[in-house]
Amino acid sequence: MTRVDVDSVFKALADPTRRRLLDSLRANSGQTLGELCRNLDMTRQAVSQHLGRLGDANLVATIRRGREKLHYLNPVPIHEIYERWIAKYQRRHLVALHALKRKVEGGKRGKA
Amino acid sequence: MEKPEFVYVTYIASTPEKIWHALIDPETTTKYWQQVNLSDWKPGSKWEHRSGDEKRILRLVGEVIEAKPPRRLVISWAFPADEGDEAKHTRVTFDIEPYRDVVRLTVTHDRLEPDSDMLKGITKGWPMVLSSLKSLLESGKALPKLW
Repeated sequence: MTRVDVDSVFKALADPTRRRLLDSLRANSGQTLGELCRNLDMTRQAVSQHLGRLGDANLVATIRRGREKLHYLNPVPIHEIYERWIAKYQRRHLVALHALKRKVEGGKRGKA
Repeated sequence: MEKPEFVYVTYIASTPEKIWHALIDPETTTKYWQQVNLSDWKPGSKWEHRSGDEKRILRLVGEVIEAKPPRRLVISWAFPADEGDEAKHTRVTFDIEPYRDVVRLTVTHDRLEPDSDMLKGITKGWPMVLSSLKSLLESGKALPKLW
């Protein structure tokens, strides 16, 4: 992923309405613009604009089915972010967290 | 309601020919997928998905539905135990299209049963496989082992 791509992914995700759109597509994949408007109670213009931003970030993929354009959540860019910043460090992270947990819990047992 | 369907898109700085080769060449798929896809890739032929190690454990089976190298490959996709049960055969489509100066690879997986093991497996699997493929083709390095 190039730097520009990462920027567009984070910018697209920074908006709560766009995250709601992604949630809606996660729950029901392959929705049309009309269905998304109904499910989110938003105007066509607003949804269409947000979908554009999500599409530029490759977070939403579209497929043409006859006259309809269907929208899908595309998790690949988020997976690339995971691979870049999380996967590689996960092991070290977990070891550090475990050590911290042992230290703070000391003699006091309780909430994990 | 239709059966769940998933669409995965990744943009890869490569050529359609290289991406096609990377989907079917056992040596390449072992690097980024740790599995191999074996077939003669002719429509109507069978294909097998096996582990990339020397054990070559059979993981998936299916048929080549459509093959238009290097642009489009459509295959059925099922667990070996479900080979005789067509209702449990899912379908995978690879579309490889030049897009500006890169290539857009779209994987569509449909005919999935809701809540099936196949559905759970592929929703976890495809993002990993595609990220790793992209990494291999762009940097020469696949991501760390997936499974």
